Amino acid sequence: MMDDLDRRLLDEFQRGFPLDPRPYAAIAGRLGCTEGEVLERLSRLKAEGAVARVGATFRPHRVGSSTLAAMAVPEERLEGVAALVDGFEEVNHNYQRAHRLNLWFVVTAPARERVEGVMAAISRATGLEVQEFPLVRAHRLDLGFPLWN
Amino acid sequence: MELIARERLLGWLRRGLPLVDRPYRAVAEDIGATEDDVIAEIARLTETGAVSRFGVIVDHQALGYTSNAMVVWDIPDDVVDAAGERLAGCRGVSLCYQRPRRGAEWPYNLFTMIHGRDPDEVARCVEALAESCGLTGVRRELLFTVRRFKQTAPCYGARRA
Repeated sequence: MMDDLDRRLLDEFQRGFPLDPRPYAAIAGRLGCTEGEVLERLSRLKAEGAVARVGATFRPHRVGSSTLAAMAVPEERLEGVAALVDGFEEVNHNYQRAHRLNLWFVVTAPARERVEGVMAAISRATGLEVQEFPLVRAHRLDLGFPLWN
Repeated sequence: MELIARERLLGWLRRGLPLVDRPYRAVAEDIGATEDDVIAEIARLTETGAVSRFGVIVDHQALGYTSNAMVVWDIPDDVVDAAGERLAGCRGVSLCYQRPRRGAEWPYNLFTMIHGRDPDEVARCVEALAESCGLTGVRRELLFTVRRFKQTAPCYGARRA
């Protein structure tokens, strides 16, 4: 079971992680516990699946090219089309959403030409239109969000 | 920092740092750099914006946040920047992007991701957002996530182990 200390560990260090040679000691100082306790808890939370990793998320568009794309796939073809889309290593997110446009995915590649090539290939293979929704401006990147309080 | 070492550091950041008392030193030893170099490089990546977030990456699904929706808004062009900034600063909004409209069927120019423990919580959050940002009169749609087919880290170049 999670307690208050677990929740604070998950909530207060989603960004601005200490760039101190001993970051877990710095965290322990802020939470009023020991470095060993922080490490033990994070290891447990990771084993339980609550923590994916202590690491980074990257800003889109800084390296290579990416775009959001969507398709209106007939319900009975959804599984097959989704599998085809998943098969492209350039596709890194692919979701079914409740809408006429029911399949949404992100295509990322080193160059714009390849992004366009992947969308064209998906369209050719399925006979369905692939609509593109390129980024115009990011107001908020994935900065995490508060889980409690 | 040398290019090879930097590439390998990016790999560590993507996969996660080791959970040891001196993680930067452990990474430094692996990539052939110093602890100070690793710390300075992460600081630089964060400052330049290449890294949007460095810290504890939680799995929302595992924590019970199993419901989310892409909420799209049709905001007048002259105020879309301001509305985007306001929405981006609100609780519960994890992403806020401007994207182009696509004809009468898709008049939406602002895309947000909203998370909650169930669909009702997501819907209440959207209602509260619209109120607090002065967007109650704005056309919007909630596209609830039904299924996640694929979610991996983006591949920008040659894959590395």
